[in-house]
Amino acid sequence: MEQAMTNSVGFPILSTLIFLPVAGAALLLLIDRGKEELIKWVSLGVSIITFLVSLLLFTNFDKTTHLMQFTEKRAWIPAWNVNYSLGLDGISVLFVLLSTLITILCVLISWNSVKTRFKEFFISLLVLEGAMIGVFCALDFMLFYIFWEAMLIPMYLLIGVWGGPNRIYAAVKFFLYTLVGSVLMLVGIIVLYFYAGRTFDILELMTKPYPIHMQLLLFWAFFAAFAVKVPMFPVHTWLPDAHTEAPTAGSVVLAAVLIKMGAYGFLRFSMPILPEATKAMTPVMIGLSVIAIIYGGVICLAQTDLKRLIAYSSVSHMGFVTLGIFALNTQGMEGGILQMINHGIVTGALFLSVGAIYDRTHTRQIADYGGVASVMPVYATMFMVFTFAAIGLPATNGFVGEFLIILGGFAASQLAGVLSATGIIIGAGYMLWLYQRVFFMEINPKMSGLSDIDAREIMALLPMVILIFWIGIYPDTFLGYMHASVGHLLERVNTGSGQAVATARDVMEILK
Amino acid sequence: MQFVMPNLVPVMPEIALTVLTLCILMADLFIKRKETIALMSVISVGVVAYLLVGSLGTTFNGMYVSDGYSTFFKLIFIVNVILTVLISVKYIEVEKVNFGEYYILILFATLGMMLMASAGDLIILYLGLELMALSTYVLAGFIRYDTKSNEAAMKYFLLGAFASAFLLYGTSMIYGLTGTTDIKAISAYIVQHGLASNPVLTLSMILFGVAFSFKIAAVPFHMWTPDAYEGAPTSITAFMSVGPKAAGFAVLGRVFMVAFGSVKVEWAAFLVPIAILTMALGNIVALSQTNIKRMLAYSSIAHAGYMLLGIIAGTTDGMASVLNYMLIYGFMNMGAFAVVIMLRSEGFKGDNISDYQGLSKTHPVAAALMLVFMFSLTGIPPTAGFMGKFYIFMSAINAGYAWLVIVAVIFSAISAYFYLRIVMYMYMKEPKETVQLSTSPGLGLALAITAAAVLLIGILPSVVVNSAKIAVVGF
Repeated sequence: MEQAMTNSVGFPILSTLIFLPVAGAALLLLIDRGKEELIKWVSLGVSIITFLVSLLLFTNFDKTTHLMQFTEKRAWIPAWNVNYSLGLDGISVLFVLLSTLITILCVLISWNSVKTRFKEFFISLLVLEGAMIGVFCALDFMLFYIFWEAMLIPMYLLIGVWGGPNRIYAAVKFFLYTLVGSVLMLVGIIVLYFYAGRTFDILELMTKPYPIHMQLLLFWAFFAAFAVKVPMFPVHTWLPDAHTEAPTAGSVVLAAVLIKMGAYGFLRFSMPILPEATKAMTPVMIGLSVIAIIYGGVICLAQTDLKRLIAYSSVSHMGFVTLGIFALNTQGMEGGILQMINHGIVTGALFLSVGAIYDRTHTRQIADYGGVASVMPVYATMFMVFTFAAIGLPATNGFVGEFLIILGGFAASQLAGVLSATGIIIGAGYMLWLYQRVFFMEINPKMSGLSDIDAREIMALLPMVILIFWIGIYPDTFLGYMHASVGHLLERVNTGSGQAVATARDVMEILK
Repeated sequence: MQFVMPNLVPVMPEIALTVLTLCILMADLFIKRKETIALMSVISVGVVAYLLVGSLGTTFNGMYVSDGYSTFFKLIFIVNVILTVLISVKYIEVEKVNFGEYYILILFATLGMMLMASAGDLIILYLGLELMALSTYVLAGFIRYDTKSNEAAMKYFLLGAFASAFLLYGTSMIYGLTGTTDIKAISAYIVQHGLASNPVLTLSMILFGVAFSFKIAAVPFHMWTPDAYEGAPTSITAFMSVGPKAAGFAVLGRVFMVAFGSVKVEWAAFLVPIAILTMALGNIVALSQTNIKRMLAYSSIAHAGYMLLGIIAGTTDGMASVLNYMLIYGFMNMGAFAVVIMLRSEGFKGDNISDYQGLSKTHPVAAALMLVFMFSLTGIPPTAGFMGKFYIFMSAINAGYAWLVIVAVIFSAISAYFYLRIVMYMYMKEPKETVQLSTSPGLGLALAITAAAVLLIGILPSVVVNSAKIAVVGF
């Protein structure tokens, strides 16, 4: 069975994408720390070039196949049969694009808001970008784990060095939570490695049948890593602290990309490698997702801190995502993946916006705001678009994602569908109330005299607005990337392990 | 009667080291500049390394074994000596103990370690262990005017003497039981006479276990470690944390895997709780340390716990993973101590964790290096520490100890807290006072070597892993 296609671009594009930012970071190392402008421009240049290169993925991607594309494979540690193996399919390709886009915006938004140690900041950001892309491209479990863990170092520094007043607590909490989850996954990976005959090759691992009791143990080992990252209830408590205390760029990367890795992990590893366990655990996962949707939403209503509110809304939104993917049907899963991209765009945009106003007011307390709409009209308009997208109004991307998820959720469980729909109502409640308290009502005297957002900030926010409407009005541009891969994954999960998949495929061939 | 000259090739590196060290001892009388002695020490271990290559073989009727296993350990000892000398040159000047004997004792200790690694007989093992231990006791108390250093030496000596007594007791029991002290012959005797559940055998294994646990600083025989590490000159702490520990693992592996290889179940039964206790105590007590040397002492206890997992696995893969880890641990721990030494300057001790406050602002390069070593000690990729732990965990899981590995990874995650605390102090706090770094070319070179090794092995571990695998072939 041919598992992977060759590279259609002609050069190792994925390695380029991973190591371009890392090379950029190395370049920054050589620049004298006094030359702040140069450091900023080099970072911006590197992130833009990386994004432009990644656009080749968008145009050259073959949507008709579930096979891995742009693949690269090289022996890395032969003693353990570890390969440097990269590739993308319909599930991962959009995340790479999201990562490269978000990094540009992070560089832009940090232009003036980072006051100290520019050099270290941009080095961390670029290294982080490389590791994030690596996570989505890795086709070797060991390689994946290395990127997954390596990412912790720059993120820890971003939160801890440039964060808010309570940053050290938040950074340590973030690090320890994710590390504990990850190391349990590591044990699972090694167990799987020996059982499957000493291989870390994900595509090979997917084809083997495993006994059900082992699948269940491994499922929970992987759950430890992925659920913390998502974060699913009840291991979400690091998220509000980390998102709130991180600098704007850190919050944006966390919200837009990092927490997607958890859900991506479920899709890439838990489901295809452990299909029987996934099916058996679906009720639990759906239950936890619904709790996250409602609990996250209700908590948002009680928040007094802007960033903390958006952070908790992530818990609720990621609940939708996990509900969608564990509905185990096409609508739910495609909705879930699309909603991950949406959430990346919308929450990323919300954090960017909050960062923009925080640079002016230096307060995150909702009570300190009021009447901002009359002082900063352009900003208020943009923020309104993001609010509507977060609520999921039609014509915005949030609508498409949540609609698909709830469709899928209903098909999987009526109760889950109904309960998750109430989550949308709660979502509308806290977002509109937030908008009202910040932008309308009496002008808070502290808010008078604020300058509206400048061209640089508009540049950072405008791509988000465009994407929100693009996905909202014509989602098929993006859904089209997923059909083949999602179909293949569902086939694997719903028909069980390797043998069954092969039979089903033979039947399909005959029918054709 | 004709005297047959034994084959001296396998023992040539040790003979060379003995002769060269004695020459240096003589030369020390005439040479005023102690840097020359340092240079001579490095050259002599270089000669030893050169001789190691062709030294494979067994001699003195199997009492002395030079195989891949011993050669790998000897390379670790040589790296250890070179790095120790490099970080010492300036440091012992600052501490005002710039004597030639310092280097000579290091060389003699290393000679002892090399004997241990090659011991095919329990008597040779004991000889090597004593030579190493006695030299290290003196080194620990090398700062004569410092009471803490004296205390370190005293404590290390008293408890070390106990350990030696245990070792002798175990040896005598084994001799009583099997009538031999030859490691291979013991193994054969146990198999032939079906001594698997013999209580005397079990007791002597426990006694060996106790003696070796002292040397590798495993709980509950670790009591000397924090005080000895804190009080000893920092360069000697670095030396002790790698060399004697590696030598301890060398004999632990040799005796338990070869002599007691047939009764693995028996000794694994008491090494498992020792490993768990070692990881638990090392990592948990390290959380509350305020002195970085003490913290690194507890960290070195914890690392002994991880390495015990490789021994417990009881496979050649397990042994290879211990060799691999020991080498990596040597680099990262030496690197960390090199940074600690850099902070020590005239009139400033610099061994409190709070001294690292804001280091990234005042000395960004030193802070960045320390960051690399701390993440490596935690075991975060892409550093060598991760590859080391990964291999150990892999071999333990393959041997059926998945549950033990889960315990290990949990403690490994806990360890992140205290290693990251150093990073946190360096990067996330404002500097209190300006710390003067005492840099020197030697120290710089040591840092460059260790940092490069930690990153290179982290990214391309194949060379080291393959060497470790080859080293244990036929073991």
